[in-house]
Amino acid sequence: MNILRRNVLKGAGAAGAVSVAMAAGLLKPGMAFAADWNKAVFESKDLGSVMGAVGGAGAAAGDISVKAPDIAENGAVVPVEITSNIAGTESIIIIGEKNTQPMLAEFNLSNGAQGFISTRIKMGATSNVRALVKAGGKMYTAAKEVKVTIGGCGG
Amino acid sequence: MAEPMKIRASVKGDDAEVKCLMNHPMETGLRKDAKTGALVPAHHITNVTATVNGKPVLDAQWGGGISKNPYLAFKVKGAKKGDKVVVNWVDNTGDKNSAEAAIG
Repeated sequence: MNILRRNVLKGAGAAGAVSVAMAAGLLKPGMAFAADWNKAVFESKDLGSVMGAVGGAGAAAGDISVKAPDIAENGAVVPVEITSNIAGTESIIIIGEKNTQPMLAEFNLSNGAQGFISTRIKMGATSNVRALVKAGGKMYTAAKEVKVTIGGCGG
Repeated sequence: MAEPMKIRASVKGDDAEVKCLMNHPMETGLRKDAKTGALVPAHHITNVTATVNGKPVLDAQWGGGISKNPYLAFKVKGAKKGDKVVVNWVDNTGDKNSAEAAIG
């Protein structure tokens, strides 16, 4: 009973905060941040069109390190660390070449953020983890193969 | 309501390293429920932003291919001890969360 009451209170508090934010003009109803989410690219199932859309088709090999395990026992959690040593790195894109949806993430860096991203990704099958780096208007790329013993996409 | 997120930032050489751990199911929308066979609807973080002392340093877009309970680390040059780091995320349902920490 107490737990239920607590949840009700918590829910009421959250709703209150949202309506205050709306009243202050911080949040327009119906407008979410998701508006600037590139749905077409993230939901595409075709590696070629993803590479084309993000400008990775003609990317040159660059001084980028992609750190990931050689063999991932659990494809649901594959640690990946990308370091770009290219001066003026503006953004880092991570692609899982054989994932159902190959586009994993894009990171735009500014105000002193370094060419470094560490995160954990899902992989459906053994394939390359590809990093694309945008620097000075040019695209660079590097990849590392990760062998996956159990796919992480739960299909 | 979203669970709190953990964030830690520390100075390492010229850079400050920010690490955060978010609580999120990160459903791709492609997975089938083991019992019913129905697709589990997509529910994942779509945008992550970070600021240091109010200045944007990171603006990321994510798909469902980031692991459940996402981990993210990044480095910022020139950030100093005591600077305030704020990390925000929003998901495809409009849910959002934010955490802040002082660089230690």
